[in-house]
Amino acid sequence: MNEKHDGDHHHDGGHSHHPEPPSDVEARTLALESLLIEKGLLTSDEVDRIIDAYEHDIGPLIGAHVVARAWVDDAYRQRLLEDGPSAVKELGYDHPAGTHLVVLENVPGRHNMIVCTLCSCYPWPVLGLPPTWYKSAAYRSRAVSEPRSVLAEFGLELPEEVAVNVWDSSSDLRYMVLPERPSGTEGWSEEDLVQLVTRDCMIGVARPQVPAGAVSG
Amino acid sequence: MGRTRGAGYYNLDEFRHAIERMPAEDYLRASYYERWLHSVETLLLEKGVITAGELRSGHASEPASAPRPRPGPPPAVVARFKPGDRVVTRNVNPIGHTRLPRYARGKSGVIRTVNGPFLLPDSNAHGRGPDWQPCYAVEFSARELWGDGAPAGDRVCVDLWESYLVAERKK
Repeated sequence: MNEKHDGDHHHDGGHSHHPEPPSDVEARTLALESLLIEKGLLTSDEVDRIIDAYEHDIGPLIGAHVVARAWVDDAYRQRLLEDGPSAVKELGYDHPAGTHLVVLENVPGRHNMIVCTLCSCYPWPVLGLPPTWYKSAAYRSRAVSEPRSVLAEFGLELPEEVAVNVWDSSSDLRYMVLPERPSGTEGWSEEDLVQLVTRDCMIGVARPQVPAGAVSG
Repeated sequence: MGRTRGAGYYNLDEFRHAIERMPAEDYLRASYYERWLHSVETLLLEKGVITAGELRSGHASEPASAPRPRPGPPPAVVARFKPGDRVVTRNVNPIGHTRLPRYARGKSGVIRTVNGPFLLPDSNAHGRGPDWQPCYAVEFSARELWGDGAPAGDRVCVDLWESYLVAERKK
């Protein structure tokens, strides 16, 4: 994928309809933050709390835990597919009220993959911050029109008999993929299984890989 | 950044539309979060929460205006379609905000699930009042969207509000 990094852009001025003369994004952000704090619309504690939550607490480990539990507990898997937010909360995680989560199960013969073509909707409460490529114009357009080529670029070549289902998150629903449990992991503990579940598996651009030598009988 | 939306000054659809209103050249050059910043600045200025002078200085010179009342809870709505129904998406090209992607306009699909009601973004982004509608996961075959070269079994599922859809005529 064509990675587009958040830092490497410049705002040269003159033509912009922007309310501010072109300036450094960070400086603009800090000015807005201090202004909103002075207006009483924001507190620095709130800002710190949100940054801290996304730096430390909210990330793909939540989704990985959910997936691993679904692999070892079939009743939990059913509840997860029926009501995503409740199943996430059942494991002790916060899931914001009014945020919808639909979990898509990969099965033999059907592979699910998520995208948001219109902006970059992403299941933040379970996967944390979206990767840069997920927000790129290339992924957003190609994931729907040529998903198999995109998957191949991620190293996932799917045979023709496996149907690809792409889910375009255009509404208030957020999607997460429940990958198939890899063979060779029978008898593994939930803790060990969590290690196999990457963010990309839950976006649907990868499959869980068992490290060579880790297969137990 | 989301905090001022939480306070009720603007909604998510207005936030998205303010990004869509960016001049194309600026949009393409800006990073993801720079677009967010642009949208928040634009909306807070337009709603009179802050002034251009305050934004330049980073300091408040007058109190913020009052936020708007939030929309009430959704009313009970009756869904026109059920899972398995065949529908066709409208082929429309609205000037403002919509969540009907261009690639899925004028296409034939099948209702998979019934969700919502959710607020119609086309209305919510333009202050036209709450329009709660059922929203459906509509499945399209890749061939319907991209032509016969697409793999036969592949599908694209898009969440679409009811007013984007019409019932497909029986053949």
